[in-house]
Order: sequence, then C-alpha cells, then structure tokens
Amino acid sequence: MFDDFFIRALVAGLGVALVTGPLGCFVVWRRLSYFGDTLAHSALLGVTLAYSFELNIAFSVFIISSLIALILIQLQKRTNLPGDALLGLLAHSSLAVGLVVIGFLTFIRFDIMGLLFGDILAVTVDDLLIIWIGGALILLVLKLIWKPLFASTVNYELAEAEGLNPDRAKAIFTILMAAIIAISIKMVGLLLITGMLIIPAAMARNISDSPQKMVIYSIIGGLLSVVIGLFSSLEFNTSSGPSIIAASLFLFILSLLNIKQSIKLKN
Amino acid sequence: MSSNNNLLVKLNNAGYQHNDKWLVKGVSLRVEKGKIVTLIGPNGSGKSTTAKIALGIYKKIDGEVEKYTNKVGYVPQKISIDWTLPLRVRDFMLLTENLKDESINEALSLTGVIHLKDKNLGNLSGGEFQRVLLARAISKKPELLVLDEPVQGVDFTGEIALYELIKKISDELNCGILLISHDLHTVMSATDHVVCLNGHVCCSGSPIDVAKNNEYKALFGEQASQILSRYEHKHDHVHTNDGEIKKN
Repeated sequence: MFDDFFIRALVAGLGVALVTGPLGCFVVWRRLSYFGDTLAHSALLGVTLAYSFELNIAFSVFIISSLIALILIQLQKRTNLPGDALLGLLAHSSLAVGLVVIGFLTFIRFDIMGLLFGDILAVTVDDLLIIWIGGALILLVLKLIWKPLFASTVNYELAEAEGLNPDRAKAIFTILMAAIIAISIKMVGLLLITGMLIIPAAMARNISDSPQKMVIYSIIGGLLSVVIGLFSSLEFNTSSGPSIIAASLFLFILSLLNIKQSIKLKN
Repeated sequence: MSSNNNLLVKLNNAGYQHNDKWLVKGVSLRVEKGKIVTLIGPNGSGKSTTAKIALGIYKKIDGEVEKYTNKVGYVPQKISIDWTLPLRVRDFMLLTENLKDESINEALSLTGVIHLKDKNLGNLSGGEFQRVLLARAISKKPELLVLDEPVQGVDFTGEIALYELIKKISDELNCGILLISHDLHTVMSATDHVVCLNGHVCCSGSPIDVAKNNEYKALFGEQASQILSRYEHKHDHVHTNDGEIKKN
C-alpha cells in the first residue's frame, strides 16, 4: 500500500497535520510565529550536517533547531537586543551558514527547491515511521504539559503562583517545536513549516469560542489542507509545500466568510 | 507546635530588588489557617511584590520564604487576557485545576456571576471579570488565598458583599488569606493582622495596634487612624431617645 509515492505523501502529510494542529494553536496563542520561522530556517543547517556526516535528516534537524533555541534563550538573557532582532539574526545567519556549507558539499547533488518547499517524491517508508512515531510522542508530551502550558499562556503568574511550574512546560514546548520542524521538513519544506503551524490555527480561531474547539478545528483544517494540497500538487505538478499552504489559505478565507455570515445572522 | 501546623506561609526578612532598586525589603510575616492578614500601604510600597514573594513568583529574593501548602488560590492585581485566546468563563475556571461542574457553579454563584458562565472572557466588564477571578481562586477550595485588591472595579454593594464572602470563606474553608486592599473601612472589620508597608514593614499588629502606631498615622494621616480605631467596638456610650450621648 505504501508502494505508491502519493499514498506515502498523503499518510505523511496527515501525520504532520495531526501534530501541527494543536502545536499551531500554541504558536498563535503565545505569539511564537517568528520563533517557529527561526527554528525552521536553522533546519537547513541541520540538513546539510545530515548530508555531511550521513546522519538521519530529522535527527540532525532536531538537534540543530534545539541548539538554536538554546542559543536564543542565552542571547535573550545576555544582550539588550529586542526579541525580534535576535530571532532575525539567528534565522538568517543559520540559513546563510547552511547555504554556505551546501556550497562546499559539491560531491552531493542537492535539491534545494525540495528542501525549501517540500518534495512529496522524497518521502520514504522510513520517513513515515519517523513522522508517525515522532508525532505520537510529540502529542503525548504535549498532552502531559497541556495544563501548565495553557495556564501560563493565559497568565504566567497565576500558573506559577498556583504551583504549575510554567518554566518547565515552556522549555519542553520549545523542544516540541524543534521536533515538529524536524519531522515535517521533508513534507512542507523549511520555508513553509511555520505556515502549516499558523494558518490552520488562525482559521480555527475565526470559528471557535473555546480553546478545545480551536484545537479540533485546527487539526481538521490541517488535515483538509494536506488532502486538498496534495491532490492539487499531483494534478498541477506543483511543489507539495506551497500547495498545502495555499489550500490552508483557502480554508482561512472561507472561515472569514463564515464570520461575516454569522454577524449578519445576529443582526 | 500546634501553631506550626497551622502555618501556611512565612516570610522571614524577605526582600526583592529589580534593576538595582529594592521594591520591598525586610518583610517578615506569617499567614496561618483561618486567619486574614492584610497588607496596607501607599502606592509603590511593595504590597503586590510582597504577595508575589509569598507566592513564589519571584525566585531571586533576599531572605527566606517558607511555603507549606500547594493549594493556592491567587487573584492578581493586574491581569490581561489576550484576544488570541478564545476563552469562556467556564474554560477559565478550569485553568489550574480540574474541577467538577458543581464546584464551578457553586463558586460562580457565590460571587454572583453564574449567568456569565458561557460568556467570552474578553466581553466581561471590569467588575464582572473581578468577580470571575475571585470565583476561580475560591473554586479549588485552597488552603491559602492571596487576594491582591480583589474587589477593584466592583460596585459599592457588591464590594461589601464580596468582603463578607471573603470572611465567610476564611471561616468555612479554614483557609489563610493574604489580602491587599486600599479600603480601610471594609477590610479592618474582618482582619486579624495588619501589616503596614512602605518599602519595608512600617508597623504591624492587630488593626487597633496599627491604628495607634505613630508611623501609621504619619503615613496615612490622622483620619485613617480614626477609621481603624472605629472597629475597636468599645461601646463606651449609648444613645438616648432624643439623640443625647450618655456615657456608660
């Protein structure tokens, strides 16, 4: 059944969407979209290291993204630079270093477009295992830290005062972000992973009145985006990442129409 | 030793500095089960900071904090909820504790906002939100309640009712309360112990003791001192039918 590349891509994409749904809600709630971008940009460096030392790509990306997150935290403590400047610094410098290293790796043929925008042809059965096992682990850990993470998202001091240990939850969440980028890079590509996190969650925000509903709609939106995106990718011979993101944008626009209608109904 | 079993939180010469400036220094106080300790003092005197030290929100502190309970309910002075969160009152009630629906309803009824249960948190008025905050703090039946100006923005009749509620909670749950308030009238009638802050502990003791204290008078003025003393309730005179005062 997994012999067909398209089935593999579909199964991989659905696995990714199941995880980006709830994580994306936290990215939107905690205003972490540029943080996600930074981790994703640094993933290129992770990919090049994987090729250089013949490591597993997801593993190498996970290590590099976690490292970048750690460096960011240290820089925040030790400099007076604003957060967005630090994020930009890390994002572009790690992307640049990654590209420079690629220049040196002349003995390997790189599919840069595939790296940046995703390539459904590249998904192997091993990738499926990484996505589904890794994804299940991410969701399990997210469920365990849900309470303190959510409470501190609403109000840090309430969570801390009432004994929920929000700092630990935040640190674990950062690792989960690095992990989702690592497992989804082949599908969506590093320039568009943040879109996969944010757009379905943003769509869900438009049509939900409670956090649980937002998570569920965000997952459904992600799954639909993958299905629509991959089928149109096959049909029009476009890259998988942009097709999925474009599909999620389409759903987002639909959710805006929904708001207008419900306002009309109320009046 | 029995008094130690009732001890919930104890500050020993505690202080906190931020950007090389002491927000508060040398505070010692203890909150026990069933007792209400009130912090008073002018703006910027370190009341909220002291509460946050007691709660363990500030970690790099001077002195010592000993906290003997993890069942804490907190009503912060300032809280801003983000519009990016779709959060109803009922979701907010579950923020730090998994409560049964009955407990949520009970707490919301006590503070008079049960009708807002399905409303979005962002659509509440200031007073309504304050009542929800208080309901959330008491719903988990905490051992220690820290209330930082819990009735700000609540209408006058509601204010009195809520202070009565706070007193009732302290009796019924036998929980200790660390209260911060500006309203000397309402607070003093129920408080067991007053700590008057002005960057440091300016004086502390029973409401009556504090009212007589000269430093307190200097800080708040003679009038405030009279307000406090009024709660002494020494009935040293009676009013006759024609309004004359007759000394006992």
